[in-house]
Amino acid sequence: MVKKSNVVELEDVVVKFVGDSGDGMQLTGTLFSELAALYGNDLATFPDFPAEIRAPHNTIAGVSGFQVHIGRREIHTPGDMCDVLVAMNPASLQANIKWAKIGATIVVDQSTFEDKAITKAGYQSNPLEDGSLGDYTIIKAPITDLVKESLKDLEIDKKMAARTKNMYVLGIVLYLFGRDVQKAVDALNKRFGKLPDVAKANKTAIKAGYKYAEEDETIIRTYKVDPAPMKKGKYRNITGNVATAWGLLAASERSGRPFFLGSYPITPATEILMELSKHKSLGARVFQAEDEIAGICSAIGASFAGNFAATTTSGPGFSLKSEALGLAVIAEIPLVVVNVQRAGPSTGMPTKSEQSDLMQALHGRNGECPTIVMAASSPANCFFYAYMASKLSMEHMTPAVLLTDGYIGFGSELFKIPKVAELPAIKPPMAEPNEPDYKPYRRDESTLVRKWAVPGTEGLRHRIGGLEKTNIDGNVSTDPLNHQLMVKLREEKVKRVEEFIPEQEVFGEESGDLLVVGWGGTEGALVSAVKKMHDENYKVSLAQFNYIKPLPKNTKSILSNFKKIIVCELNMGQFVNYLKINFPEFHYHQFNKVQGLPFHVSELTNKFKKVLEDN
Amino acid sequence: MLEKERIKKSPVKLTKDDFVSDQMVKWCPACGNHAILASVFKVFPEIGYQKENFCFISGIGCSSRFPYYVNTYGFHGIHGRAAAIASGVKIGNPELSVWIATGDGDSMAIGGNHFIHLVRRNIDVNLLLFNNQIYGLTKGQFSPTTPRGGVTKTSPQGTIEHPFIAAGLVMGAQGTFFARSLDNNIKMLTEVMYEAAKHDGTSVVEILQNCVIFSDKAFENITDKGIRDDVQLWLKHGEPMIFGKNKDKGIILRDNKLRVVTIGVDGIKKEDILVHDQYRKDPGIHRMLGRMHPPKYPMAFGVIRSAPFNTYDRLLDEQLEFAKKSDPVKNVDDLLNSGDTWEI
Repeated sequence: MVKKSNVVELEDVVVKFVGDSGDGMQLTGTLFSELAALYGNDLATFPDFPAEIRAPHNTIAGVSGFQVHIGRREIHTPGDMCDVLVAMNPASLQANIKWAKIGATIVVDQSTFEDKAITKAGYQSNPLEDGSLGDYTIIKAPITDLVKESLKDLEIDKKMAARTKNMYVLGIVLYLFGRDVQKAVDALNKRFGKLPDVAKANKTAIKAGYKYAEEDETIIRTYKVDPAPMKKGKYRNITGNVATAWGLLAASERSGRPFFLGSYPITPATEILMELSKHKSLGARVFQAEDEIAGICSAIGASFAGNFAATTTSGPGFSLKSEALGLAVIAEIPLVVVNVQRAGPSTGMPTKSEQSDLMQALHGRNGECPTIVMAASSPANCFFYAYMASKLSMEHMTPAVLLTDGYIGFGSELFKIPKVAELPAIKPPMAEPNEPDYKPYRRDESTLVRKWAVPGTEGLRHRIGGLEKTNIDGNVSTDPLNHQLMVKLREEKVKRVEEFIPEQEVFGEESGDLLVVGWGGTEGALVSAVKKMHDENYKVSLAQFNYIKPLPKNTKSILSNFKKIIVCELNMGQFVNYLKINFPEFHYHQFNKVQGLPFHVSELTNKFKKVLEDN
Repeated sequence: MLEKERIKKSPVKLTKDDFVSDQMVKWCPACGNHAILASVFKVFPEIGYQKENFCFISGIGCSSRFPYYVNTYGFHGIHGRAAAIASGVKIGNPELSVWIATGDGDSMAIGGNHFIHLVRRNIDVNLLLFNNQIYGLTKGQFSPTTPRGGVTKTSPQGTIEHPFIAAGLVMGAQGTFFARSLDNNIKMLTEVMYEAAKHDGTSVVEILQNCVIFSDKAFENITDKGIRDDVQLWLKHGEPMIFGKNKDKGIILRDNKLRVVTIGVDGIKKEDILVHDQYRKDPGIHRMLGRMHPPKYPMAFGVIRSAPFNTYDRLLDEQLEFAKKSDPVKNVDDLLNSGDTWEI
């Protein structure tokens, strides 16, 4: 007998799965996201896991989470506060209750709320019984016990049975959202096809969880989130790090230059290295170097030797690469450096996100040392900006730094699959064999770009390196005027890239009371906040920058069209300082947050309103 | 002429003139580097690759100006990083014959990490290690190979550091090729460079190189004409390890140790002398040979070790070939459409 419950229709819902590191919350969240995508929701996800691989059991330090934001409208972020919190033990509840909206539904595994675990989580008394959760709707299910019971007829060991409690709880959540449990069963068949026992245990658990929820009298409310009106096309879910890796591979294919990656493992950038390591079938030569310096230096060698080369890292590694990046600048060779930013300084908070490496990207090298600097702004567009950074680097014979961050690197969203042939062409300036009178630093008059002469090519032998060299001939030189000329040429060459990048777009009206300025990975939160302001009829627009050096040519005119400007960044004000240097004529308000956390939409809108009210 | 798969041979016989660059050589007069340069001019035509397929990579220091003086493709890197740069060059473009010019400071101090990892990976490049036991270009500070007690500008009372022995470092890092030579012996230097080029894998050629300004006569106890025959052991594969002015001294192996003996004394016969096998995979004897030095032993020169092992570049090629055959992802469109996708 199926009971009737109250169905709440929602535009969007944030679900957060949290538990102990070994509880399988990443898989649960991933599966829930896949099913939502299949159903037609737009979505964004973010995993939230500790730096420790297996922190002590049942402690706050060991809490691992996965947040999913699904909607029937466009979804820009993994969401701030959650509507549904699934907590598999007391520690995970303790650590995450602050992220639950008042009135949220909280699903807990009641079996884990034993005295010892409750104390370990830092509770004085059992929160399920002391009335402290009165603001929420609690679904208490003794999941660990129930799952053992449900699987008792299967011939599997108890440990494996216990491990399927994540699927049991997913069954409950699927019921809460009125989703088809059979689709989940199909997905499990696909995922565990080669491990029939595991597949069977998981399928049994998910069905049992669903059935439990159906029959549980205390579940009085379920949610309905209709499919989103998406542009027609083929979609997939993708994380920023995988998208970055694929963008680099696409650029290699399109340019015809073989791909080389020199890299060293570092959180949160390692996934790019791991992803590229899988794609030898595309000719990707991936070199896991002995350190960050060898990562970039090997990439410089490969680039000199005619490969499209990249190196991937995060802040501390980016510091180590500084000297070598200068070498690539003075040698004028293509090289993409991806910095998946994390909270610094030093080791900082490796798994937490920040935007604090912008100044380092722009200026963190000895000498006058310009590179292209760009930033991706969502998990999916990491693909496009990695591609564009590669294109500009190769076509302009200069290194390009691509900034992403842990938030979009680990985060995922739906990605409309492009066709490689429809991406902009990449035409590196290759020197032809036996080109008459080839000189290594002869430049194209309009772009100032020199030619790429690949070792092994007949008739083009030449020597280049880190010493200052004469323009055109490329011979070592300490001539004062030549040095000044070369410094100017390298700077001007990067500046002229502005002719090859799109104009900055504005989200919202072209003019108004307030221009919100952001860059990189904060786009989702800023778009959501500006949309909210639009709903309340504020004249607010957003300029989210992806091209930072050079800036788009229309930057100044955009800035001049608004009464007020506020620059929002997850740092102490690095982009705003850059704007102040370039456009000192404007007054800039700032909103800065350095907590290793993304912006929350509500804190943004509050700030915007305050800036608008202040005289 | 050498035959290596993938590296193009020159259709015509090349000469020194094909490799002399138009740049003025700016080393000090009588610097040992001049002889090393002369040896390269001599051996490159003999190796016989197409001149565009040679590539010289360097770091920083006197040694590292080398690429400017050889008319090949060349890249002058930054301090200590030549090994890392060269790794990328060779992996990215296996059709090149890659040569590294580096010094004791460049490769064993600031670049020590890259050096041992290059050797460990056995990437098919040739590394010329100009060992003059001093920092020359920064004007006379002690280096990781300066003998203990060496008085330099940064060790006015003598160094208190234990120096590296390059051979020990190379073999400790699983090196497959190590040769030692002297800057003033162009004939032998040319020979070991040829052997280095022939070897598949990372070939380290240590060249004891005299810095006339800051460590002049550092190797006098080895090179002095009066004693050199008694303190230099020139190894040749398949031949007994005999040395000495009278060709009567030799090396034998007893109780797992190398010992110097005199033929005819204590019943030692010529047949008792150890025969050099540079291709032995086991590095035991090579390691001992590499560490020998006067006064107890002669110093070993020539190719000490040239053991056949798989190279990084070949194994990588095999993996690439295998993946290209077996992986259904043939291009980036395949990749983008792989796994779970949804049509909307």
